[in-house]
Amino acid sequence: MSDALDILMNASLWAAVLRIATPLIFGVLGALICERAGVLNLGIEGIMTVGAMVGWLTVFWGGDLWTGLIVAALAGMLVGLLHALLTVSLGLSQHVSGLGITLFASALAYYLYRLWVEVGDLPPTIEPFQPLALPGLSTLPFVGEAVFSQTAPTYLALLMVAATAYVLNRTPLGLALRMTGENPHAVEAQGLNPNAIRIGAVMAGSALMALGGAFLTTAAFNSFFPTMVQGRGWICIALVVFASWRPGKALLGALLFAFFDAFQLRLQTSVDGVPYQLFLMAPYVLSIVALILVARRARAPEALMQPYRRGER
Amino acid sequence: MRFERREEVSVTALVIAPFAAIAVALGLCAGLIAMAGVSPLTAYAEMLRGAFGSRLAVTETMTRASPLILTGLAAAVAFRARLWNIGGEGQFYIGALVAAGLGHSLLSGLPVALAIAVLMLASMMAGALLLIGPTLLRLRLGVDEVVTTLLLNFIVLLFVGLMVEGPLKDPLAFGWPQSVPVAAGLRLPDLVPRSRLHVGLVVALMVAVIVGIVQSRTVFGAETRAAGLNPRAAAFAGVPLLGTLVKVAALSGGLAGLAGAIEVLGPAGYVTTTMSPGFGYAGIVVAMLAALHPLGVVAASVFVATVFVGADAMSRATGVPSFIADVIMSVSLLTMLTALLFTTYRIRA
Repeated sequence: MSDALDILMNASLWAAVLRIATPLIFGVLGALICERAGVLNLGIEGIMTVGAMVGWLTVFWGGDLWTGLIVAALAGMLVGLLHALLTVSLGLSQHVSGLGITLFASALAYYLYRLWVEVGDLPPTIEPFQPLALPGLSTLPFVGEAVFSQTAPTYLALLMVAATAYVLNRTPLGLALRMTGENPHAVEAQGLNPNAIRIGAVMAGSALMALGGAFLTTAAFNSFFPTMVQGRGWICIALVVFASWRPGKALLGALLFAFFDAFQLRLQTSVDGVPYQLFLMAPYVLSIVALILVARRARAPEALMQPYRRGER
Repeated sequence: MRFERREEVSVTALVIAPFAAIAVALGLCAGLIAMAGVSPLTAYAEMLRGAFGSRLAVTETMTRASPLILTGLAAAVAFRARLWNIGGEGQFYIGALVAAGLGHSLLSGLPVALAIAVLMLASMMAGALLLIGPTLLRLRLGVDEVVTTLLLNFIVLLFVGLMVEGPLKDPLAFGWPQSVPVAAGLRLPDLVPRSRLHVGLVVALMVAVIVGIVQSRTVFGAETRAAGLNPRAAAFAGVPLLGTLVKVAALSGGLAGLAGAIEVLGPAGYVTTTMSPGFGYAGIVVAMLAALHPLGVVAASVFVATVFVGADAMSRATGVPSFIADVIMSVSLLTMLTALLFTTYRIRA
């Protein structure tokens, strides 16, 4: 018991929470934007993989870290465009085509990585983002180490939460996007093009997902390897439901989730005799539990997963 | 540009669709192969040779196709009822684990044929249970089964890791994390001498025929289709929706579990955490390429197995990364989805 308390009192745990939460925050925001416009984006796992690979490769090839993030976001947008063309323009099953996108995007990322990068015994590395000490704040006791000594993309992720909440809830664009997810016919009646809005939303959301992937290879680790996304995308899809499709709650969900993850990682080293796999299972089990807990009151956007074809009900 | 529903779907179009989809996919992937500095024609020829060029190659391809037929059927029967079972990978592993765990020593007293049947049945039950849970969660609470079955894949794989490093660890494996072996007498007999091809292929083919008959000739098959096409109308017409979907889940999960069993009882002999090269996920591609038709699944499995076995050989010969197999498979899925759309819709300018 005192072990657990020691872990909780340690600022490094809380620093780890924010670090683990960062890719989830990007991913869950991205998935949320797509879904609020009415498109389930199960391409997320593959888009994060593409972001991780492309972001890393850009830096490996001599670009700076921010260029890496930008190129990753653009690559994510391209994959998102493909998903949008299939599900919005052609109106294909969002479940199956999303999975297809994940299989395709991850396979393509692995293929190009193998093609372009010489891998020896160990995967090659880059110089990743270093913690950015915020002047004044990072020297505060406890909070300084826990919150204000993160890498730049973590602060960017937190900014994106505010930006997404603002755009969704306070701007005409956000209103149009939310309406597209609830009732595309009404959007059409307003003289707007619901499918164009959906395509835009999926591309924007996919860019954020790719940033989440890129964080893994340019800040959390310094190399790329296959299967490194490890289901984080699927966890984000669960978190969107848990957050009842709201950016603020999505941040909360990602942090809560990351807290359990960071806590179990530390517990793992101090508890003997429990197979480590049980600890590794925790995030996935937790996601399912979260889904079950909110299931009764979850209210998805009305037109989620319904393709919109003009003149067809 | 707008879409207009066709009055009826022509069978010819449905048969042509997968071939067109595969042709387009191979065309698109040719660009990626060319980027590796290898002529796509050479690469595809090497793949064909790698998959069919020798007796050994053919048996390897068919060995690979056997579990794919079953995971493909698993996806097909579920998708037909709009039950999105993406957990084939987890169901495969749980089936494999059960077959190895029980087949190591517990059933040594029984006649061989009976023991093998019991093992297969047990694996099927394990796979079925693993899917019935998420299905009930969806029906009772509205929890999306795509996410739960996907997450279960990770959980099951970790559980398999736990078992093969713990209670089911093979003490004679020099520390390698692999399970205890299946008793030698319980291994499936070889179909072709001096190859890895085993009776599992026959089992898979028989199951495909049975599933085909069940789907086209029984009340359960009709109810499944009705539940998939329009659940509300089906419920109105007196189809017991919950019962039907739970039965579909049992069948689908059971088929994927059986795939795990024949892999362990056949070529593998024991369980490791890397024994499946994505059989569960590939099953989804197989099912879609087959337009969810049970006999189409057999053909699509052979295609996917050809790509994978062929790509390995091609990669060794030309240096093109073998991940090209995954790319070809996933692009075929996307082109097939698009092709299927045009069998039900036509474009009006």
